[in-house]
Amino acid sequence: MTRSAYRAEGRAIGERCLAALRDAGAEQVDADILQPASVLLDLYGEDIRGRAYVTADPLRGEQMLRPDFTVPIVRRHMENGAEPARYTYLGAVFRQQDFDESRATESLQVGYELFDRDTPSADAEVFATIAGLLGDAPLRAATGDIGILRAAVLGLNTTERRKAALLRHLWRPRRFRQLLDRFGGRSPVPAARAALLEQADPMADLPPVMGLRSESEIAIRVAALKEDAAADPISTTELDLIDALLALSETCPNVLVALRDLSVDLPAIGAAVDGLSARLDALGARGVDVDALPFEGSYGRTSMEYYDGFVFGFYAESRPDLPPVATGGRYDALTAVLGGGTGVPAVGGVIRPEVLAELEAGA
Amino acid sequence: MTLKLGVPSKGRLMDKTFDWFADRGVTLRKSGGEREYAGAVDGIDGVELVLLSAGEIPRELAAGRIHLGVTGSDLVRERLANWDSRVVELAQMGFGGADLIIAVPQAWIDVDTLDDLDAVAAAFRAAHGHRLRIATKYHRLVRDFLRHHGVADYQLVDSQGATEGTIRNETAEAIADITSTGETLRANGLKILSDGLIHSSQATLFRGRRRGWTDAQRATLKALEAQLGL
Repeated sequence: MTRSAYRAEGRAIGERCLAALRDAGAEQVDADILQPASVLLDLYGEDIRGRAYVTADPLRGEQMLRPDFTVPIVRRHMENGAEPARYTYLGAVFRQQDFDESRATESLQVGYELFDRDTPSADAEVFATIAGLLGDAPLRAATGDIGILRAAVLGLNTTERRKAALLRHLWRPRRFRQLLDRFGGRSPVPAARAALLEQADPMADLPPVMGLRSESEIAIRVAALKEDAAADPISTTELDLIDALLALSETCPNVLVALRDLSVDLPAIGAAVDGLSARLDALGARGVDVDALPFEGSYGRTSMEYYDGFVFGFYAESRPDLPPVATGGRYDALTAVLGGGTGVPAVGGVIRPEVLAELEAGA
Repeated sequence: MTLKLGVPSKGRLMDKTFDWFADRGVTLRKSGGEREYAGAVDGIDGVELVLLSAGEIPRELAAGRIHLGVTGSDLVRERLANWDSRVVELAQMGFGGADLIIAVPQAWIDVDTLDDLDAVAAAFRAAHGHRLRIATKYHRLVRDFLRHHGVADYQLVDSQGATEGTIRNETAEAIADITSTGETLRANGLKILSDGLIHSSQATLFRGRRRGWTDAQRATLKALEAQLGL
């Protein structure tokens, strides 16, 4: 087990951040180190197995060493919390490091989670609070907004089924691209699919069905494939708009202008762009230099899939080998999943104080 | 200090390995009786034969307890995280070939690619309330492959044998398993996804990291490589 070499210094920085957050009115909460694996597996899918430590309890079944605090805190809030609520915590999280032995498997996180219905103001509060705690460390900020991409997909002039497929893969850029290419007619129909669609009644000579997936489920998907084959491809104009959105990489004010232009052809993103504008105002009101703040259209898409709106991170520019010093974002959909359908707007961020300590030691 | 060469301790894999080395002028043999796991090496000095289970060779190589080892390339990739930084492939030996593939029921006429599997996994989860189960014993290889290709809403269930039967028994909806001819799959009403080849495995001679090796061991490796024509 690799422990961070900056444990003591990191702990001291973490305690300072925790005290500051408590003083600012956040309630300090804790989470069990052993978390039920099923909740995390259902949420993140099988990938989390490769990143978290899984262990087995003879009575309780599979357990995981907590890979983050957000999920247990959201569960706790959804059971008995009232808005607005502010939580803070300090503790170790555990991640397997398959590819880089130098990265710590046990590392400290201090976090801030905010449940509040005033979205732009809450986004700005979490970002400014985290930035404030990082002080004048030489860091590069990155921001993005998954909500704009989401709105763009919802606004495409295509079938609901295609939109649902694309939304499911917002966080998997490679699969998202493949789906977009197929729905846009840019990639050829696979031979087996074409052969299936040519049959008058594909279900006529069905081999014996076995297993849980039933004949009617197969028939439903065959019908869906026929519907999809009959639907028009997503237009080149719309595909280009999505590409333009994903390629954005500019300061926030310039991105805002570019997005206003895009929304002329893609009016569905209008509300999300208004949201970005309101967030920038709220950030400015908190003293953040938004004119210099970068925005990337693709930022946050490769992280684990719970951020669905504003996303941000702070990186040590002089030390690209280090993990991000802080990350955060909005995760409204996660609260709905964990709350059994009813969600609340939520945004949060974490600082990795040991990374900050390592950076300061090397500076 | 000798150079320890790990070789599978029984069966076809052992026989074929002995043949492969013999063809290159190095004789490996069991030194005692047929049931004894002690070995001897002729034709080169300083190499010691260690007979052990093929499944344990990756771990022993990574730990440095053996210096060279013959095992399936699938086992090294499955058992060792970040395998290519921990062992080096010296020679693909041209036998013990088998493919790790993903297979689904033939009745799934709507499924031919990973793209289909992913779409079906989403629908299956919505209909049945749990993720689509893929039975396998190759957890790391399958998970890395599916992550790389952006497949979601599946879960891996462990199956250490008779994996082809799990779908009929309703403990899985799809499988990821080793096959050489596909005959057992077809007999069990299964078909291979057209882009579902995860890894083409064969018996491979690996060497571990040379950290801590003596000069004598390094010289022995050079001599062995020359003898084997590597």
